[in-house]
Amino acid sequence: MLGTGLLQGLAVTAKNFVGSFHDPARLVTTEYPEQTTKLPENYRNFPFLVCDAEQDPLGTLRCVACRICETECPPQCIYIVMERDAKGKALKKPKVFDLDISVCMSCQICVEVCPFDAIKMDQHYEIAETGRFRELLLDREALTKSNAYYHRIHPTEAAAVDALLAEQAARQAAAKSAKAAPAAKAPENPPPPPPAA
Amino acid sequence: MSTALLPVAAISGDAIRSGLAPLCAALGPADSTLERFPLLLRDLATGWLPEPWRWIVNSLLAIVVVFVAFALLFALLTLAERKLVARVQNRPGPNRTGIPLTQIRLGGLGQPFADGIKMLTKEDLVPRDADRVLHFLAPVALLAFSILAFAVIPYGRHLVPVELDAAVLYFFAAGAATELAVFMAGWASRNKYSLLAAMRALAQLISYELPLLLSVVPVVLVAGTLSTTGIVERQGAWHFGFLPAWHVFTPWGFAGFLLFFVAALAEANRSPFDLPEAESELIAGHLTEYSGFKYALFFMAEYFGMCALSGMAVTLFLGGWQAPLPFLEFLPSYGWFALKLLALLAGFMWIRATFPRLRIDQLTRLAWKFLVPLALINLGTAAFWSLTAHWTGPLQLLRWAVALTLVIGPFVGLGRRLSAGTAPRTYRYA
Repeated sequence: MLGTGLLQGLAVTAKNFVGSFHDPARLVTTEYPEQTTKLPENYRNFPFLVCDAEQDPLGTLRCVACRICETECPPQCIYIVMERDAKGKALKKPKVFDLDISVCMSCQICVEVCPFDAIKMDQHYEIAETGRFRELLLDREALTKSNAYYHRIHPTEAAAVDALLAEQAARQAAAKSAKAAPAAKAPENPPPPPPAA
Repeated sequence: MSTALLPVAAISGDAIRSGLAPLCAALGPADSTLERFPLLLRDLATGWLPEPWRWIVNSLLAIVVVFVAFALLFALLTLAERKLVARVQNRPGPNRTGIPLTQIRLGGLGQPFADGIKMLTKEDLVPRDADRVLHFLAPVALLAFSILAFAVIPYGRHLVPVELDAAVLYFFAAGAATELAVFMAGWASRNKYSLLAAMRALAQLISYELPLLLSVVPVVLVAGTLSTTGIVERQGAWHFGFLPAWHVFTPWGFAGFLLFFVAALAEANRSPFDLPEAESELIAGHLTEYSGFKYALFFMAEYFGMCALSGMAVTLFLGGWQAPLPFLEFLPSYGWFALKLLALLAGFMWIRATFPRLRIDQLTRLAWKFLVPLALINLGTAAFWSLTAHWTGPLQLLRWAVALTLVIGPFVGLGRRLSAGTAPRTYRYA
C-alpha cells in the first residue's frame, strides 16, 4: 500500500535515534580530546630513544652514538655528536642527538639498522607545535623514553627485544668467563649453552 | 470532568493563592489556581492600572509573552533539531558550546545563542542594484505575518490572546500573507536566481495552501464554528471513559490530520518539501542575497510558521489543551498544549531526518493529484459523519465502517493509480 515504505523509513530512523542512547554501535563517535581510541599495537609515527632506567634517562641510554642511523636515514633527519672526555676519548654515548620530525618520514629504517635496539618507533601523536623549525627539532632529552614506556606501547615487540638483549648479555658473560678461565683448561670443553632468557 | 484529583491541583497552588485569595476560587480543574496561574500573574502586573488602560497593557503583555516564548522556543528548537538529526545519523550533535570562558558545556545549550551573536555581528550586505526598502521589508514582513498567526491559538483554557469568531479564517489569512514576503525577498534582491526561486517557492506555497485549507474545512463543518476556542471545547469529552473525543480519533479527522500535516510541512518549507531553500542544491533560493541578521530573521519566520501550524494542528485535530485522559487533568491545560506542540514539532524533525527531498514536479503532483482529491473526499466523509451523529447501537458500527471505507478506499485507489508503473522500485544494479 502507498505509504508503507515511508513508515519503514521512519522506523529505521527511529531505531537509530533510540539506539544511539543505549547501543554503542549506533553512536560510534569518539569525542576526541576527552576520549581517545586505543591505537593498534603496530601503529608508529616518529622514533624515540630507549633508556633502561626511568630515574636516570640520559645515563642509561642504549644509544652508543655509532651514527649508523644517521647515515642510513633517507631524509637525513638525524644529527649525532658523540660524547668525548677531556682527553678526547670516545665515551660511547651521544652528546647531541637531534631528530627533526618535520623531516622524518616514519620509515623505521633507523630502527631496523640499530644494532643496540636503542631507537624505536613512538605512538605519541599529539605533537602539534606553534613553530615550524625549533619546536619540531627534538633533542636528546625530548627523545628519550623508558623501556617501560616501550613495553606499554608495543608489548609484543618489546618482549622480543628484551629476550634478544638478555640472550646477548648471557652470551657475552659466558664468553668473558671462558676467556678469564686459565688457558690450561681444555679448550675442547665448549662453554655451556646460554640459558634461555 | 474529573474531580478525584482536584485536591492535587488545589494544594499545588496553595502557596501562590495565600496572597491572592480574593482573586481566585478553586472550583475544579477548569478554575484551579494552577490553571489560572498565568492570568493571576498578569493581573498582578497590570491590576494597579486604571481600567481604560488595563486592556491595552494586557494585550501588549500577551504579545510580548507570546513573542518571547516562541523566540526562546525557536532558539531551543534549532538546537533540538540538530541534536535529533545527529542522533538519527549516529552522531552526538553539537555538545560543546556552553557558558563562554568556562569549561561548563551544558550539553551544547549555548549553541543557539552563539549562533545568534554570530548572525548579529555579520556584515549586512545589500546588492548595489537591489530595492533597498523592499529588501529590508521582506524579512520584517515575513516575521510579522508569522507572528500574527499566533494571536488566535488557544494555549490554554483561559489563554487565547485574541478571541475571534472567525479565528480559523484569520489564521489562514495571516499565514497566506507570508507568501507575499517571500516574493518580496526574491524580487527586491534583483537577482534572477532569487526571483526564479521565489517563483518556485510561490508555486509550492500556493499549491499546498489548497489541501491545507481543504483539510481544515471538515473540522469547521463538524464543529460548526470557526472559533478556535469553540473547536477545542467541542473535543473535550471521552468516549467510553477513555477515548478522547479529539477529531484525530475519527476516520475523517485522522485523514484530515495527516493531510494537514503533509500540507503544513510544505507550507513551512520543511523537508521533504524544502525546495525553495534547498540548502544542499541551491545557493539559498530567494535568500541568496540575504546575510547576517536578515537571514536569521527568515529562519526565525520559518520556525515560527512551523510552530504556528503545529499549534493549529493541535487545536483542530489533537484536542487543543485538553488532557488525553480524565485522570491526567492535574497537569494544567497549557502544559498539555505545550506537550502536544512539542510532540508535533518532534514529528517535523523526525520527518526531516528521514525523507529525501522531492523534485518540483513530484511536489506539485502530490498536491494537486493526491492531496486535493483526498481532501475533497474527506469533506464528504465529514459531512456523512456529522449527518449520522444521532445513529446509535449497531448503526454506530455501520457509521464507522462507511466512514473508514470512505477514507481508506480513495487513499488506496488513488495511491495505486498514481504510483502505477513506478512502484515498487527495483534496484537492478544496487
